[in-house]
Amino acid sequence: MEKALQPKKRRNAMRDTLGDKVFYTINGIFLGLVALIVLYPLYFIVIASISNTDAVLAGEVVLLPKDITLDGYAKILEHKEIWNGYLNTLIYTGLTVVLSLLVTIPAGWALSRKTLPGKKWFMIFFIIPMFFGGGLIPFYNVMSSLGLVNTIWAIILPSILSVWNLFMSKTFFESSIPNGLIEAAKIDGAGQWRIFASVVIPLSKAVIAVMALYYAVGQWNSYFNAMIFLQDETKYPLQLVLKEILIASESTVGGSGETMLEQFRLANQLKYVSVIASSLPVLCLYPFVQKYFAQGVMIGSLKE
Amino acid sequence: MDTVTGTLSAPVLSKPVKPVNRKWKHLRENAPFLLMILPAVVVVFLFCYLPIYGVLIAFQDFMPGDPILSKDTIWVGFENFSRFFNDPQFWPLMKNTFLICIFGFVIGFPLPIIISLTLNALKSKKVGKTLQTIFTAPHFISLVVLVGMLSLFFGSGGLLASIARHFGGEYESLFLKDSAFRPLYILSSNWQDFGWSAVIYIAALSNVDPQQHEAAILDGATRFQRVIHVDLPAIMPMISVMLIMSIGGLMGVGYEKALLMQTDANLSVSELVSTYVYKRGLTGVPDQAYASAIGLFNSVINVVLLIIANTTSKKFSENSLW
Repeated sequence: MEKALQPKKRRNAMRDTLGDKVFYTINGIFLGLVALIVLYPLYFIVIASISNTDAVLAGEVVLLPKDITLDGYAKILEHKEIWNGYLNTLIYTGLTVVLSLLVTIPAGWALSRKTLPGKKWFMIFFIIPMFFGGGLIPFYNVMSSLGLVNTIWAIILPSILSVWNLFMSKTFFESSIPNGLIEAAKIDGAGQWRIFASVVIPLSKAVIAVMALYYAVGQWNSYFNAMIFLQDETKYPLQLVLKEILIASESTVGGSGETMLEQFRLANQLKYVSVIASSLPVLCLYPFVQKYFAQGVMIGSLKE
Repeated sequence: MDTVTGTLSAPVLSKPVKPVNRKWKHLRENAPFLLMILPAVVVVFLFCYLPIYGVLIAFQDFMPGDPILSKDTIWVGFENFSRFFNDPQFWPLMKNTFLICIFGFVIGFPLPIIISLTLNALKSKKVGKTLQTIFTAPHFISLVVLVGMLSLFFGSGGLLASIARHFGGEYESLFLKDSAFRPLYILSSNWQDFGWSAVIYIAALSNVDPQQHEAAILDGATRFQRVIHVDLPAIMPMISVMLIMSIGGLMGVGYEKALLMQTDANLSVSELVSTYVYKRGLTGVPDQAYASAIGLFNSVINVVLLIIANTTSKKFSENSLW
């Protein structure tokens, strides 16, 4: 196999004209620069988090860390709000993923069936919210009249169904579950529930993984609903705690004095560390699940 | 046509089963589907349709806590809307929202296309995959962290400030300069999402028939010419669909990121329709009817834009959303 491919490859290489070579070079340089622009900010956060704060504030940490210290990491371990937020976010994310799968996957399967009674009406029912909504204030009022304000369900329930994800799973089922299999199961006497549980689910690991990841990342990263619905600080998710740490200080023009300066130093160090501590789980997980994410986009791109 | 086939196949199909019976059997067999879809219907009804019903307060003199429809409801017609048109904030809000969106579109629309074409033209597939992984990573950073990172680079205690201090220069936080808001907002959004938006084009490019490339090579096309004449046309339908979608969202910039980036100093450019809705409706002394009217006005603009874009695209090409 390999041997057979070899000569062909070489022929292709020989065919490169000067123009092609120039093109490949420029292309490579361009993409290299883009990669640098993407990576440098992430790299800087990492080196700043392990460098001495004073060196960072003096502008001495640009390309390499200086006076490496894990002080910041030690401090974040003592930061109760962050860990409480972490725990809350884990709970919210876990519940959201479980509930969203229970809602999205069966609905996607049902919506993919031609025999679903009233299919056309269900489609319209789900398409309208993609393009038109009541807006923020009526949404808030609905949550308030459902008694969800200041409960964790205000964070979870509105996020357990994304219509985009629903249509994505529908498209997956339409294109990836062979009809013959369903027919065969039917002939064997399996009912719709049985078919769904024993034939469809085992074949749908990819779409289930994609959905779980989409919902999880969405919940992990969101702050807005928590900000408007939660008054109780012990219920704050991680992102809301981070918002206080990372951003709140930006709107106040800093004062002067020893304590102010000291606070500024500490706050600055905590910022770098908390960015890493909060993004690490998602960024670490990401390369492993990347193929699923990309798959999800592809599934979603197939037009009806 | 239909009636012809109908009459032709009728004798074959009409077995001694009563049609009502068959319909009943069909319904019973497929009833589980209704149960499967029910939770999704409930969720969408509660969190999408109830708010659409609730937007009626935009036409009322509404106090928080009032029922949406009762005999005491005071209807005021379009008064809340005309109040908005006469609000001294109206034009600044429209301008800020439009400019953020249009600049965002001008940079953010072509960038993923260029990235996908260049990635696809790389010789080494392995390098391409690695780069794609790198480019997509920032998509998974939360908005809070992204804005936090902006502050760590461009804020008062950030990298630029430190470097300025190192060289003894003066530095003013970009969060306090109103001229910096738009570039910061747009460039950071693109930094975060260009790779993710490119994935959809990359997927389309991987489906290009290699024979097309081989034919072009035989015709003496250079790699660059093949990008323009083979790759680009292959993703054209996708580009059209994305174009329609982005025109539909042209006034639909959300509040999440802008709220995080707002400071008192940049408010003259960072106050958008959506953030204004949030502030008038949920903070201070809330004026919910007024805020709902503004929100509704904005969603109607978006729907109209989407319809115009779709109709235009349908007229001039085969591509459309519906």
